[in-house]
Amino acid sequence: MPRYLLIESRDPFDSNDTGFCRDLATQLAAANNEVTVFLVQNGVLPARAGARSGDLAKLASAGVRVLADSFSLKERGIDEARLASGITAAPLETIMDALAEGAKIIWH
Amino acid sequence: MKTLSIIESAYRATIEEQDDTIVWLHGAMKGAGADLSVLLRGNAVNYLVQRQDAAGLAFGDWRQTQPPAIASDLAALAAKGVEICYVAEDLAEHGIERNELINGAQPVARAAVADLVGRYGRVWYW
Amino acid sequence: MADKKTITIALMDAPYETARSTTALRLVDIAARRGYNINVFAYEGAVLQPFAAQKAHPNAVHGRSVEEENHFIPKDAIAALMRSAEQNGGKIDWVNCGLCVDERGAVDAIPGVRRGSPADFWQMAEASDNTLVIATR
Repeated sequence: MPRYLLIESRDPFDSNDTGFCRDLATQLAAANNEVTVFLVQNGVLPARAGARSGDLAKLASAGVRVLADSFSLKERGIDEARLASGITAAPLETIMDALAEGAKIIWH
Repeated sequence: MKTLSIIESAYRATIEEQDDTIVWLHGAMKGAGADLSVLLRGNAVNYLVQRQDAAGLAFGDWRQTQPPAIASDLAALAAKGVEICYVAEDLAEHGIERNELINGAQPVARAAVADLVGRYGRVWYW
Repeated sequence: MADKKTITIALMDAPYETARSTTALRLVDIAARRGYNINVFAYEGAVLQPFAAQKAHPNAVHGRSVEEENHFIPKDAIAALMRSAEQNGGKIDWVNCGLCVDERGAVDAIPGVRRGSPADFWQMAEASDNTLVIATR
């Protein structure tokens, strides 16, 4: 099963192009690929519980794993224990693991 | 390894660089034997418009004599065997008609981007 | 111990302009600690990341001297990452795109940085286990 890691560094409050990762992730998952979206930098801002993060919740229900960089969360004062549904904190090592394992990786 | 480059960023430093640096990079890599295809999305679909004209800028008595010619550069890439595609809906959303484009660029439906991505061993996003 | 891998990363951002630069160096740090071979292709503004003439400064707003401020200086971070990679059995091959260096006057880079071209990026990518492009906006 091909593996994809989509790194989302943009946030929907500043960019109207976060739909690219959302749509691509959903399409890839629907085609039976293993897909992870990894939020980093301001990309973690919609991960806060209560934030406008509808797209991210939909991803989780589409079978996409949604992770948020622990350091980016901490940097922004977002409690790892209070993330929007379907999002889990993870270390940046996750990206290096995916690189090492040969996943297809796109930085958005 | 066959590589798909997705280009989204457009008109960023193109006057200063007298090129789009990513299109230029791909021309240089192709010249070095790279196996590349390009998908233009977002604002970068505008790069296919033949009528682009950045000529005529001057700063004091310095005149720009080599403005960027991005549509021509993409046509040259295509002539070298690089497949140039664009997201069809992005073109439509930008109000661009297909008859405004350089020859040879192929539309890809937004819903087909994942399938396209799956066909390449490597995908780079610019 | 993790298997030794070779990873290529393409960077484009100049220092101090965007969070992407920090995340990129965080990734290089992880790879260095794992003893990976890391190829960095620095394109456009990123050729200034290892620029030798960078200098620390005090911070009068916070009342800190140069030493107290201990300002983040990219060239020093990169040198430290090079040492870390070596200590762990790996290596960082940092290639600055030559034309980008010329137009920015960024000729003087720290030791361990070499001048290259887009052909180097393609060759590094072909010889790597994987490649990550962190483009600018």
